[in-house]
Amino acid sequence: MDLSFGPEYDTFRSEVVTFLANNADKAPQGNDLRGQAAKDWQKLLIENGYTCRTIPKKFGGYGAEPDIIKSRIIAEEFSKVRVHSGLGGQGISMLVPTLLEMGTQEQKEQFIRPTIMGEMVWCQGYSEPGAGSDLAALSTAAVLDGDEWVINGQKIWTSTAHIADWIFCLVRSEPDAPKHKGISFLLFDMKTPGIEVRPLVDMTGHANFNETFFTDVRVPKHQIVGERGQGWQVANAILGHERETLAPANTAQTRINALVDLMKSETADGARLIDNPVYRDRLMKLQSKVMAMRFNELRVLSARLNPGQDPGLSRMITKLEGTELRHDLEGLAIDVMGEIGLAYEDNPYLRGSGSWQREYMFYLGLIIGGGTSQIQKNIISERGLGMPREPKFEKAS
Amino acid sequence: MQFGLSEEQILLRDNVNRFLDDNSPLDRVRLYADGGDDADIWAGLAELGVPALLVPEEQGGIGLSPLDAAIVAECLGAHIAPTPFLGTAVMAPTALVASGGDHDELLAGIAAGTQRVGVAFSEAIKRRNDARVEVRGERMFGKSLFAFDAEADSYLVADQHKHLHLISASDPGLKRTHLTTVDKTRRTVELTYDNVEAQCISTDSSVFDATLDIGRVAIAADTLGAAQSMLDQAVEYAKQREQFNRPIGSFQAVKHMCAEMAAQLEPCRSMVWFAGHALAELPDEGRITACHTKAHLAEVAQFVAKTATEVHGGMGFTDLVGLHYWFKRCGANRQWLGAPEFVRQEAAVLQGIVSD
Repeated sequence: MDLSFGPEYDTFRSEVVTFLANNADKAPQGNDLRGQAAKDWQKLLIENGYTCRTIPKKFGGYGAEPDIIKSRIIAEEFSKVRVHSGLGGQGISMLVPTLLEMGTQEQKEQFIRPTIMGEMVWCQGYSEPGAGSDLAALSTAAVLDGDEWVINGQKIWTSTAHIADWIFCLVRSEPDAPKHKGISFLLFDMKTPGIEVRPLVDMTGHANFNETFFTDVRVPKHQIVGERGQGWQVANAILGHERETLAPANTAQTRINALVDLMKSETADGARLIDNPVYRDRLMKLQSKVMAMRFNELRVLSARLNPGQDPGLSRMITKLEGTELRHDLEGLAIDVMGEIGLAYEDNPYLRGSGSWQREYMFYLGLIIGGGTSQIQKNIISERGLGMPREPKFEKAS
Repeated sequence: MQFGLSEEQILLRDNVNRFLDDNSPLDRVRLYADGGDDADIWAGLAELGVPALLVPEEQGGIGLSPLDAAIVAECLGAHIAPTPFLGTAVMAPTALVASGGDHDELLAGIAAGTQRVGVAFSEAIKRRNDARVEVRGERMFGKSLFAFDAEADSYLVADQHKHLHLISASDPGLKRTHLTTVDKTRRTVELTYDNVEAQCISTDSSVFDATLDIGRVAIAADTLGAAQSMLDQAVEYAKQREQFNRPIGSFQAVKHMCAEMAAQLEPCRSMVWFAGHALAELPDEGRITACHTKAHLAEVAQFVAKTATEVHGGMGFTDLVGLHYWFKRCGANRQWLGAPEFVRQEAAVLQGIVSD
């Protein structure tokens, strides 16, 4: 057991701390992360290697060797002072790593730089009304006509489709192949004729997602990542990574600290909420869980750093446990505030800028999205515990 | 950075597990539950150095760390082994060493496996019923409930001021009455003190705290082992047992129960490791981590014990498969050295977010 990262990393951590002390005031505030301030901040972060660290310099990144300890230190320090840690979105988190792994030289040159600079916003066209948990059953058709793919079908849960410049999209290009082998991974401009985006208002009252319809959308043949029929492997090259990062323990720690502060400052009948033994015990129970998840994450990190160390099921359970924990944590804040916990939008009694209700609902969305809790349980039991798969239904004769 | 067990620790774990596989199978535990003794098991563990783990080398021990003790505790819990490990090998050496006094002879006896030291801490944690320990001069009066390691040679007793005293099991003023509990894998006693000679070894509450903390982490580790074993048994059963022409483990209703157990239990392993490590290396975090680990393992194990029994269907309820021994071990661990609600309250006090 050795929890120190060593002197090199202590120096690195103090550099990050100094950077934040000197520059945090330039970080964008609030939720407008598409504006100029956010782009300027992104540029500054890339120049200092605090985001897009490992993306090669020739594609606009910082060009550092992968170093998961440094990445972790950056995440920890930004989270501690609650400063925006750079642009996210599915273009940066999913498409760029995919292109680096599977893209052609031309694709890397054309797309990576504008994407990480926030000039090119992407949306992800994966799920369909008939292909949710069973994503490989997707049916949006791509038929080659001369030098162009002609696309017809519908996607759903396409977050940011209404503001996206481009889409990376899974389509069925080989209708006669087995379902996992008939999919291709295409990139195309959202301004292409035949695309219609309809906002899908969710329980938070906002349209975070969309339904996206394709009618005879024509896409140049070469805008494919990987080969025809390889789309499933291309998409899966990074899907597991997405799951692990949905609910990291350091943000859960930040939130539970905020919850402790809230319960110290809020009162009921003049008494601090923290002094109510029932509420306090619920808080302490969650603190136990956050602590367990923090140490679980240390084990995940350690298994990455030390090949040969058995991670057990520590990686496989993070999405399930992390998202459920956050939902419970935000929910406790609402419970302890009583009617004030219901405050939303312009209510003058709003606490934490409405974040408790927003995150409570948002994390319910994440319990479902990115592989539902039930799918996670299938993965844990079948791949983790070696339990038998559900027998396939025989086709009715 | 390396968060996990060292090669030596993995070797220790494998050695203890191998010994217990051979020498403490369920049939052997049943003999103890029916009134037999644990002498051969403890003697075998002594050959592996288990009682000497926390005794410093100068006193004939091995001088290992709380994390090593937690590793052994996990093995013992997994095998529901009847041993005096918690009191004799974990809490007593910690108290004796932390007290700073000269206890060389007793420590050497513990290390050799020839001296057993029981623990009576209940009254200093939460006093129940009419139990009370009073010490006047060097004489002890009153009574303790649910002292563990019933067949000990001496007892480490905490009074309500968190002072620690040693008493001899052969003192004529001491009466030991066996207290039957649901957990038949370890025995507890009522100790009544009528003018018993008490050797005060510490009036420093930090010695009491250190002893309690390591005891709690060891119990949490024992719980981890017991709960993991229940999960493993449930998964194995669900793979073998067939109904409706298929293994019941292929039904999502069953496999999701197993996934939920695994998902809750897996972070517990990291938590126990960290808690063991923190006791020796991270003084600022040691106490609060010990509290949370004790409480959290109790909660997760309660869920696992119930769910793993359900996965076994009617067989889980019988004595035939003996799963109930693990169920009851988890249940006893939950109450020993502080039930979860009280331990969480201590965690809150330790953080200063509420006053005592």
